[in-house]
Amino acid sequence: MQKMRNILRLNRRLQVGSILILIFLIFGLVLPRFSPYNAIDWNVVPRNLPASKVHIFGTTSLGQDTFWLLTFAIQNSLFIGVIVAFFSTAIGVLAGLTAGYAGGVVDRVLSLLMDVFISVPSLPILILVASLLQGKTSLLTIGIALIVFNWPWPARQVRAIALSMREREFINTARFSGKGTLGIVVYEIFPYIFNWSVANFVNTVLVAISTESALAVIGLSSVQQATLGTMIYWALQYQGILGKKWYWIGSPVVAIVILFIALFLASTGFAEYSAEKRGRQSA
Amino acid sequence: MRFARFLVSRLITYFLVILIGMTIVFFVPRFLPSDPISAALGRITSSGSTMTPAQVSAMRDTLEQLYGLQGTLPEQYFNFMSRALLTGNFGQSLSFYPMPVNQLIAQSLPWTVFLLLTSTIIAWVVGNFIGLLTGYRSGKWYSKALEGIAIFLYPIPYYILALVLIILFVYIIPVFPISFSVKGKPFSPEFISSAIFNSILPGLSIIIGAFGWWILSMKALSSGIAEEDYVNFARMKGVGSGTIMRRYVLRNAILPQITLLAISIGTIFNGALIAEILFGYPGLGTLTYTAVVQTDYNLLMGTISISIIAVATAALVVDLIYPLFDPRIQYR
Repeated sequence: MQKMRNILRLNRRLQVGSILILIFLIFGLVLPRFSPYNAIDWNVVPRNLPASKVHIFGTTSLGQDTFWLLTFAIQNSLFIGVIVAFFSTAIGVLAGLTAGYAGGVVDRVLSLLMDVFISVPSLPILILVASLLQGKTSLLTIGIALIVFNWPWPARQVRAIALSMREREFINTARFSGKGTLGIVVYEIFPYIFNWSVANFVNTVLVAISTESALAVIGLSSVQQATLGTMIYWALQYQGILGKKWYWIGSPVVAIVILFIALFLASTGFAEYSAEKRGRQSA
Repeated sequence: MRFARFLVSRLITYFLVILIGMTIVFFVPRFLPSDPISAALGRITSSGSTMTPAQVSAMRDTLEQLYGLQGTLPEQYFNFMSRALLTGNFGQSLSFYPMPVNQLIAQSLPWTVFLLLTSTIIAWVVGNFIGLLTGYRSGKWYSKALEGIAIFLYPIPYYILALVLIILFVYIIPVFPISFSVKGKPFSPEFISSAIFNSILPGLSIIIGAFGWWILSMKALSSGIAEEDYVNFARMKGVGSGTIMRRYVLRNAILPQITLLAISIGTIFNGALIAEILFGYPGLGTLTYTAVVQTDYNLLMGTISISIIAVATAALVVDLIYPLFDPRIQYR
């Protein structure tokens, strides 16, 4: 009981992070269904209205309702983040396990690829891709490009874990009791890596949303779609700062700040939580 | 002997990173379903000028030559790689015609190096100092407060910090100018002071964006080391608390932080790129952005190639100075 309480207290981070993420999920997944109009369409409401009861965040210079636009933006940003994080983590874990467990030439080639993709600055290359696809950039292409640059981080970490695992006693026990390589990886090593993957997944959601928004802010993402970044882009295009349209430019900024802090807290909180859990099991 | 082996393997990685990075830069435009030449021709014809089919094909030839698109794919590849890597020649810029691309890069690269070097060093030193303090004295109230600030700042991306700084210090409290403007002849006192003044906000966005991470990682490292046996022994021996922090904890915790710096240079560079664009800072980021807006592909290929080489070189330099900080490593 005392231990339980300790864990719960230690995990203020996980609690706060999850609650905030839940709020964002409601914002992004539930609220857009109730939008009275397609919030990304232009000129559906009068332009440049201040905040009021009808338009609680006012309206944009493009004739969109800022509040509903924000819910659409959160939806799309979360969508990109989750897709990119899922595939990056899955590919990364797979590549890391393969490299760490196979060793030899396979390991050397995969490790080199990881090092290269980690060392090459991703944003300039993403800018190159986006500028070549001018006008034709879809969120899908951006997503694929982001996966290419995000799998090596989990891969490198998982490789390190797998290398240390290879020498552990229980792996040898499994091997001598006749388990095949695949069986050992799936049943013995993967459970160890799973918790770590969850924390990495949450962190990659953050990285993916951040990178897409960075491209979007300078107009290189899919500007016709609503994401938190493109919202800032349009607000900047229409001199949102000079015109003091704080809701338009401020709401995506505040949303990004809160969402990223929530994701960071959840990711580190979960890592802490699973470390605690392991400690309790072995004790 | 060991140093020679370390150096050789590190140099091999360095060249491979650049080689593979440049190969990506070469192949991306050729595999994407986009045709910069048709786009350029389309812009010329749509702007009202009429051209005969012969003129169009002559124009196409010229553009292909300009973009290095003539010959078979392997020929193009070797041309591009040898021109870019051996002579640093990326052809002429279209938007600043007939300025050569490398001249434009030579103008903007020093600005980026100045901004990034200064702000990265400040962020690293200040972040590590605060991290050491919060990790070693983790019970104190100020440690908790500083860690809280770090947790709040670390996840916020650079461009968001840049936007917030612009809103706060350019518009609400107009301390800094809206656009980047340097006065005076190069390297006159007036030039230097106005350059520094204009670089404060861009630099601040990079410092604030980066130092949360240094605080958090240093805190984790130093709080672990503070519990090691040799630290306890020193404490029982009666070594002063400040001395333990500097001589025992810092000396050991700083080493992984140097390695981490080498790894994160790419990320810092990414962040600085966007910050430069938002501030209109005359560095590599803004030049890249100009190239994108003007669809100046020679310039774009040039700035991106230089970015890859610069980041790889910076990481190499950090890795090579690492032994200076670790007396245990003796490459002899």
